[in-house]
Amino acid sequence: MEKSAETYIIDDKEAGLFRVNRRVFTDPECLEREQRRIFEKCWIYVGHESEVPHAGDYQSRTVAGRPIILVRGDDGVIRVLLNTCTHRGALVCRQKAGNTKSFQCPYHAWTFDSRGRLTGIPGEDSYGGEFSRDERALAAPAQVDSYRGFVFACYDPAAESLYDYLAGAREYLDLVADQSEVGMKVVAGQQSYSARANWKLLVENSYDGYHGLPTHQRYFSFLGDIGIDVRSRNIAAPPHQKPVDLGNGHAVVEYQSAWGRPIAHWVPPFGEHRKAHFEAIRRRFEDRFGKERAWRICETSRNLGIFPNLVINDIMAITIRTFYPVAPDYMEVNAWALAPADEGAEDSALRLDNFLTFLGPGGFATPDDVEMLESCQVGFRNREVEWSDISRGMKREYPTITDELQMRAFWRRWNQLMTEPQIRRARKAA
Amino acid sequence: MSTDQLPTRQEVEDLLYKEAALLDEWRLEEWLELLTEDAVYQVPPTDVPEGDARNTLFIIADDAVRIRSRVKQLLGRFAWAENPHSRTRRLITNVRVLGADDGGILVTANFAVHRMRYESVDTYIGRYDYKLARAGGELKIKERRAILDNEALRPHGKISFIL
Repeated sequence: MEKSAETYIIDDKEAGLFRVNRRVFTDPECLEREQRRIFEKCWIYVGHESEVPHAGDYQSRTVAGRPIILVRGDDGVIRVLLNTCTHRGALVCRQKAGNTKSFQCPYHAWTFDSRGRLTGIPGEDSYGGEFSRDERALAAPAQVDSYRGFVFACYDPAAESLYDYLAGAREYLDLVADQSEVGMKVVAGQQSYSARANWKLLVENSYDGYHGLPTHQRYFSFLGDIGIDVRSRNIAAPPHQKPVDLGNGHAVVEYQSAWGRPIAHWVPPFGEHRKAHFEAIRRRFEDRFGKERAWRICETSRNLGIFPNLVINDIMAITIRTFYPVAPDYMEVNAWALAPADEGAEDSALRLDNFLTFLGPGGFATPDDVEMLESCQVGFRNREVEWSDISRGMKREYPTITDELQMRAFWRRWNQLMTEPQIRRARKAA
Repeated sequence: MSTDQLPTRQEVEDLLYKEAALLDEWRLEEWLELLTEDAVYQVPPTDVPEGDARNTLFIIADDAVRIRSRVKQLLGRFAWAENPHSRTRRLITNVRVLGADDGGILVTANFAVHRMRYESVDTYIGRYDYKLARAGGELKIKERRAILDNEALRPHGKISFIL
């Protein structure tokens, strides 16, 4: 039986005080509770439809700690299958990615088709007459759905629909998905890394406008060195910035940044020869969406956090980043670049180049983020210091992106899921 | 370039071992002197080790400007992931001079780079692919690509020093 809820957060709106108990970053029991109350209840990002473009295409990966297969069946339908043979448990798919008509378990050669149906069993006549192939199809999460190409799974059959779950985050996914008339695609090359830190520290970090200048001073110096006027944009000044609570624990910061954007904010390092091209891109968006929305798509950067563990940052390039706790003090991170499927070779090369100036485990910024998260995790060993402070901007009428409204949106939802009473059918067994 | 103009393995080894020593000793300005003006430095992603940085998301794909900026950052105060600096120790073996093409002299070598920091030891294992050029009699590095055998940067987390 679950122990009664502890006080994880202090949320005193009147006093303008918001604190998070640091045990949520260090306590194995808290992680166990997160597994059941968050990762098995929420919609979790699995992958992007462009990763399995053709019938039979598959990607095998770990999602929320589980080995799964993202596969497009021979009927064209994208499914998520749990990668474990229904016979005795072995992985039925042992390749990272590919195209197949079937998944054959190497242990006893049970064979499943690309829709997960059991199609072959050696010596099937040894089973009795009651034997049902249907009951032994590859299992799937309770719910699988997608929004604008982003595929999610949910292990809770009673959970609300993905559409409702995403709430205000849909608008921000639209601002990304609308960047191509033919659809977006995940670029080849996955950045697979880790941090010796609690996963929630990366949630906080991914849309933290406050840390930008101190943590990433080296990046801004680099921008200056290549001819970008970093003072041209004050990210903390209204009206060109805002943090938004998007509901259900999702949040975003939207702002005008100094760095160039492949779609479509031209800066001198992109080269004079590209200026007209960028203007043409902008005009195309104005034709499609009108001036205001085109301005938002092209001119603003947006760091979006979708509860619990998906980050889509449309900044100097677009990154999809998801992460999962292996232990309270260790997470695995996977990141990809997202781009218009029809982007030309030269634009694509520029985009990837721009991505690497800041993002990823070898960029000029992400390694310093990882360093800071790991540093916090070490600092938490001082158990006498019980609370972290997330109060910034709490009393302000119009918070800025260097405030901590976005983290509070996450923490309030997290706390609700972690503490709300649950009806437990198995209680008497405990 | 004909085969008789190729450097000997010993000459190439001297260059690679010198490079390793300069990097391990954080003498990065001197390391830059081993590179041609237009040198590039790349680390492909672990899942597409033979990819092309123009259409594949790499971990590092530095052009000449970014290599020099990287060095400047690493020697400054604000590259927090390397302040304080990691200790590194590079073991370079299996050096082979493969031949030459228009891009330069093709050299390959195996590496095990150990990084020690905050009482963790992380080992990067892989292969270097070099393109070398002769500039005024001296061998210089025109392209260096560190191709990881590690399936992921776990638990390394990052490549914050020059691999």
